[in-house]
Amino acid sequence: MTTTENSPEARYAGDTRTVTLRVNGQEVTREVPTRTTLADFLRDDLDLVSVHLGCEHGVCGCCTVLLDGGSVRSCLMLAVQAQGHEIETVESLSADQNNLHPIQEAFAEEQGLQCGFCTPAMVLRTKEILADGQERTDDEVRHEISGILCRCTGYQNIINAVQNAGRKLRCGGAGGCGSAHDEAKGA
Amino acid sequence: MTTVENEKPRYKYIGSDRKRVEDPRLLVGRGGYIADLKFPGLLHAAILRSPVPHATIRSIDATEALKLPGVVAVVTGEDCKAHMNPCMNFGPSSIPQFPLAVDKVRYVGEAVAAVIAESRYIAEDAVELLEVEFEDLPAVTNPVAAMEPGAALLHDGHGSNIGYERTFEFGDVAGAISGADLVVEDTLHWGRSAGMPMETSGAVARPGLNGVLEIYCNSLNFSYFSFLIAGALKLPSNRLTMNPVPAGGSFGSKFTAHKVPTLAGFLALRTGRPVSYVEDRLDHLMNSDHHASDRYYDAKMGFTSEGIITGLDVDVVDDYGAYMQFGVGTHGNAFSQIVGPYGFRNVKYHLRAVLTNKCQQGAYRGFGSEVHNWVLERLIDKAAVELGLKPEEIRRRNFITNDQFPYKIPGGNVYDSGNYPAVLDKALGMIDLEHWRSEQKRLREEEGRYIGIGLATTQERSVFSATEFWALNDNPDFPLTSSPESATVTIDPAGQFQLLLHCQSMWGNSPETVGTTVLAEEFGIEPETVNVRYADTARALPGTGPGGSRYTVMLAGAVRGASRKLQRKLIDIAAHSLEVAAEDLELVDARVQVKGAPEKSLSLPELASTAYFFALNMPPGMESGLEESYTYDHPYTTLPSADRSDLGVFYPIMGHACHIAVMEVDPDTGTTKFLDYVAVHDAGTMVNPKSLGGHVTGGAAQGLGSTLYEELAYDDEGQFKSSTFMDYLVPTANEVPPFRIGHVETPSPFTEYGIKGGGEGGRMVTPSVVSAAIDDALREYGMRVRELPVKPATIVATVQAAIAESSK
Ligand code: FES
Ligand code: FES
Repeated sequence: MTTTENSPEARYAGDTRTVTLRVNGQEVTREVPTRTTLADFLRDDLDLVSVHLGCEHGVCGCCTVLLDGGSVRSCLMLAVQAQGHEIETVESLSADQNNLHPIQEAFAEEQGLQCGFCTPAMVLRTKEILADGQERTDDEVRHEISGILCRCTGYQNIINAVQNAGRKLRCGGAGGCGSAHDEAKGA
Repeated sequence: MTTVENEKPRYKYIGSDRKRVEDPRLLVGRGGYIADLKFPGLLHAAILRSPVPHATIRSIDATEALKLPGVVAVVTGEDCKAHMNPCMNFGPSSIPQFPLAVDKVRYVGEAVAAVIAESRYIAEDAVELLEVEFEDLPAVTNPVAAMEPGAALLHDGHGSNIGYERTFEFGDVAGAISGADLVVEDTLHWGRSAGMPMETSGAVARPGLNGVLEIYCNSLNFSYFSFLIAGALKLPSNRLTMNPVPAGGSFGSKFTAHKVPTLAGFLALRTGRPVSYVEDRLDHLMNSDHHASDRYYDAKMGFTSEGIITGLDVDVVDDYGAYMQFGVGTHGNAFSQIVGPYGFRNVKYHLRAVLTNKCQQGAYRGFGSEVHNWVLERLIDKAAVELGLKPEEIRRRNFITNDQFPYKIPGGNVYDSGNYPAVLDKALGMIDLEHWRSEQKRLREEEGRYIGIGLATTQERSVFSATEFWALNDNPDFPLTSSPESATVTIDPAGQFQLLLHCQSMWGNSPETVGTTVLAEEFGIEPETVNVRYADTARALPGTGPGGSRYTVMLAGAVRGASRKLQRKLIDIAAHSLEVAAEDLELVDARVQVKGAPEKSLSLPELASTAYFFALNMPPGMESGLEESYTYDHPYTTLPSADRSDLGVFYPIMGHACHIAVMEVDPDTGTTKFLDYVAVHDAGTMVNPKSLGGHVTGGAAQGLGSTLYEELAYDDEGQFKSSTFMDYLVPTANEVPPFRIGHVETPSPFTEYGIKGGGEGGRMVTPSVVSAAIDDALREYGMRVRELPVKPATIVATVQAAIAESSK
């Protein structure tokens, strides 16, 4: 005989707390249950559904957001822990599909996505790693994006997109530096 | 790097690297996934899953759970028994399945009860408050032991743990083997993995108007099968509307994954309120409607001294798990390309599909044909070594030749077209194997490093016909022969295009890019200007959806068919307006013009205006409006013979691929590293080479996962051991090498534009090529990959055993 074991901790106590943080440049103050994850807070309270939940146990990285410019897994943080911090989701680059940010544009050009589920995380991670303005090798990029799983692309087109985005950003925008796009890819 | 044979472009849009029209919305985080859907008053379900592999459910006590504030209801198998019919099922009807276990649980992770609450948090709290008493039954985990008399039965009503057994023989295998100069044999095991998309399956169901139940879900591709879900829910078919929702990947795991939408629908019916059920990763890992193949082989292949294959004898036991919702379709896939690209005529295939206390099997990129291909290629590599032939040479000697197409293989399927030597030559041209072979020697001698070279091919069957669902059965319940795809093209009153697709087809492939590219080709408009939508099942024409690498071919056929009807109407309207004969008009660059006098023309907005607003300017009797639909049926399929000596033509659009890998293996740690990897694919006419390259790369990465990392493991007691992404190792960017991709284009004679499917080939050959490279690297230690995934510990043990043996 097997019986399911229960641990009826009174976890639905409904403790709430007020949290104030900046999200995509806007100050936000909300009352949230203390156990609400940052991911659920962003998705459900702020409708930032670009934050995707792939595992909710900290491995896939699809829920990545930038906290004070550095990537964190929003499924592993509580909303209340973001008190006083600055959060960026992919909407902070561009939420207008007719006017993409150069990093988003680079992903489109290189087809660095298929289903799009890991994509906001990959785009944010790209922003983070390119912040130093340095050129990097494909191998370095490969390593730097390895904390986010993509099941669709096999990563190569994502690496190409990061490199393409780096060229765009170093040249100051979408069109800059002529057609660096293919020739520098080292095909 | 992508290289394509030089050829002058035949089409303006088809065949060039265009940006995907799906991507802008995905890049701003608005993919419209199932978890993003919100309805007023939406409730959330969480599931209690069985902690034991095999047990009778004695009782479920929901008293405490129901007391928790915010909990709305608890639903169990008893409710299913009382208010539902069994779920849709293509397997034996003596193996019924409900979305919540009825009376008995049959694997760890099977759904036992659903809690519906105001939030997922509360629902999960309440799941922990459910009290279930299980009376344990013996766990059946080994498929061979499961067949023995006295083994505990999974399904009493089925009477045996063998779900299916049959031997198929085409040609004279005994003669081919006994007359062979060389017979190679092997015992092989292909372990369980799964598509494992980053997004799980999910559904939202809500009672709508007029007694209609609306289900939104990301996992049901057949628009004309929704009546089967209605049947399970005891609803008239016209009182269920399935709304397709784009998926964050599938790779087979969402192919007709019906339990999630069926359950959500049932919960909405029980509560009368909107309910969302989205699997979490644990739900998905242990119960994702289906895991993939888990097969044990004893296989034999005969050869002449020249390396020509004489015959193949396969005995396969497939560890199917607890249910058989897809029947033995994954073996039907093996039959579609049972001889690979090779010309031998004698094949025997003894199949036993065995029921065990594990999650059931279903689709994963390759649908079982990739497993057979691995067996085929493993045996050929073994023979090549024994005969002293290079891997490319033994394959070349056996290829079906270009003048033999269309080619009917043993078993009945037809290969439409191909150019296997061209693919092999292209792959060999992209890598300097002589260099690597001398490096291999040099590195071994000078640096003590172990380099291996693997080369393998695969057929890539595409565009399945529905006959494959039942062709292996003598008396199928429902021998359907249709697997159509539909499209509706509308030009609105302002001359803008709408394209309506009739199934759930956005899984990470690019149905909208394909559809709009074809429209662009047909009308001379820009693809990005077309708006694409998906029909719900109340509106949908027959649609089978993606799967079996069919969608690009089928959608191109449907869109082209609808386009032709619409072009005819536009020309007739223009002929009437311009007062010229229709034969003297042509549609060029979004205008209908007089042949030879293009200044006399009408634009699409002008023609649309006439069609919608000026009935008196239309040809007499013509209907107003500009909308045409077309349902494209399978381009080439035939029935199996009554005695199944011929399974018919069911998967004839045949792609081909050759991969070559150079790997380094560390014999002390068993770790592997790629030094180079070349992949050449022939998917007929390419619609978008960059997209195809992306699918080859993504597929190859998954093949690599199945070969080296991914395993849905159960222990001997039936306990599930792969319940997180820390245990189930999806390859990261660090594990996946930069594949160098090449393409060859051998158009299909049977499809529109000559397109073939190309969505699965990447995964179908990587396991063979990586297995071969590992063997080659450690040949001096007698390394032979016989089981996937190949674990470092197995490699080290083989090396250690060989060293111990040689030092005796
Ligand atoms: S959802 Fe946060 S890491 Fe997977
Ligand atoms: S694009 Fe699908 S998971 Fe990365």
